[in-house]
Amino acid sequence: MSAAAPPVRAALPVYDSARGGPAALEEARALWAYRGLVHELVVRDIKVRYKRSILGLTWTMLGPLLNMATLTLVFSALLKTSIANYPVYFMTGFLFWNFFSQSTSAAAFQTQDANAIAKRTFVPRSVFVAAAIGGALVNLVLSLVPLLGILAVTKFPFHATWIFLPVSILMGALFASGIGFFLFTLASRFTDVREMYTVFVQVWFYLTPVVYHISIVPVRYRVPIWLNPMYYLVQTFRKPIYDGELPPLDVFLPSLAVAVVCFLAGWLFFCRRRDSFALMG
Amino acid sequence: MSVAVRLEGVHVGYLVPRERIRSIKEYAIRKLKRRIFFDQFEALRGVSFEVGTGETLGIVGRNGAGKSTALRVIGRIIPPTGGRVIVAGRVAPILELGLGLHGELTGRENVMLQGALLGFSRAEMKRRLDRIVAFAELEEFVDAPLRTFSTGMAARLAFSVATDVDPDVLLIDEALAVGDERFQLKCQARMNEFRRSGKTIVFVSHSTRLIQEICNRAVWIHEGLVVSQGPAAEVAEAYHEWSVGGGDAPPLPSPAARPPSS
Repeated sequence: MSAAAPPVRAALPVYDSARGGPAALEEARALWAYRGLVHELVVRDIKVRYKRSILGLTWTMLGPLLNMATLTLVFSALLKTSIANYPVYFMTGFLFWNFFSQSTSAAAFQTQDANAIAKRTFVPRSVFVAAAIGGALVNLVLSLVPLLGILAVTKFPFHATWIFLPVSILMGALFASGIGFFLFTLASRFTDVREMYTVFVQVWFYLTPVVYHISIVPVRYRVPIWLNPMYYLVQTFRKPIYDGELPPLDVFLPSLAVAVVCFLAGWLFFCRRRDSFALMG
Repeated sequence: MSVAVRLEGVHVGYLVPRERIRSIKEYAIRKLKRRIFFDQFEALRGVSFEVGTGETLGIVGRNGAGKSTALRVIGRIIPPTGGRVIVAGRVAPILELGLGLHGELTGRENVMLQGALLGFSRAEMKRRLDRIVAFAELEEFVDAPLRTFSTGMAARLAFSVATDVDPDVLLIDEALAVGDERFQLKCQARMNEFRRSGKTIVFVSHSTRLIQEICNRAVWIHEGLVVSQGPAAEVAEAYHEWSVGGGDAPPLPSPAARPPSS
């Protein structure tokens, strides 16, 4: 094998399969170069979802609202819940949970689309995971509108701590990306991952204090909740809105740690297998 | 002459599941029993060739010989499992037209998406949009959903995007048969324009006539190995004769098959 690169015009980008750094860095570089595609995919998914529908984008906002109405009725009757302003309590948790479950499930369901495209042209596959997260992010932001509506209707006070929400959302997005990269990698190989995750995420929902408050769980059963990353992450989103206070350190630090660690682990897991995606067909 | 594409002893081994294991449960059971999951299918087994800047290279060979894999390796779609691939310049693979087209999106939206798939920014695609639509002759329909287009119209749009992006290296997998005859002539004209302006083209086809017409050099690949390479007319002729002769006997490597001296 000759080491000399062929003489080329200096301005041209050169692809050399023998050069190139660690997979994790290469993939990050490619993802950045293809950020325009992430944008287009998110736009496409939103447009396609609401084409030929009467209410269009309003569905994003109507969905959580209807869900909230149903669950408020059910749980306030069923749990005889003593949570003040239950609609606001529920909705803050539910919107955030929805973002998480939507983005991660979407990542698992992106594999076919990703394969169809990445087999025919060069596209870093991480683009599709990023698009899944991005789509759910747009939904989350849009669904803040009905939340504002609820706040207005129930005359709930509006707190300055809202400015913390971008941090909460960022941590949620990091955590969801990490899970998304795991799921995408596994789902590329095994078709039953999607079904398994659909069930799993349902169970996870009820193991996370979204519809209920942790205080109704007897203390000796709280360990699984304390070990649940989403318990902390949901609070970073809920506290600024519902309690009007910044997440305390014993909520913020576990959230940050779990978000960063999960993201890095998922990313590395994905990048280590990125060559095999193409070779597996 | 400078080199635009160089393959040095390139291997590509696809991972073929020995039995298709599609569920995690099955996977776990087999993992416990320490069964092997994958066979390697060597689609390319040490392929070396070069394409000079501005050259048009044809690749011939029968089905499953590794022609498309060679194109994909050049287009970065598949990483080589051995050897080395070097490509200078922006590559536009036209392996399949209509990639990522969506029926519910308008022509305009589809152009933007296609451009992004080729790695272009939004701003860049906005500049190119009018020219792309004009070349496809679809100005009146650009805001209609793609599902209302005929197959030929959609293909025209896809071809226009794929070739408007001003690549340095064009990879074509028999995608030239697009649209009606008049549009085909336009495509041929654009191909010629590419060649005149010094673009490098790698072209896979079963048509030895087309290879002889368009290409100056050709490579014949058989079962993942280069059988011969040289002037397009000679290689295409040899391949043609071998095919007519039944294509049963393995072709003998000609002296020209030696990897390019480097």
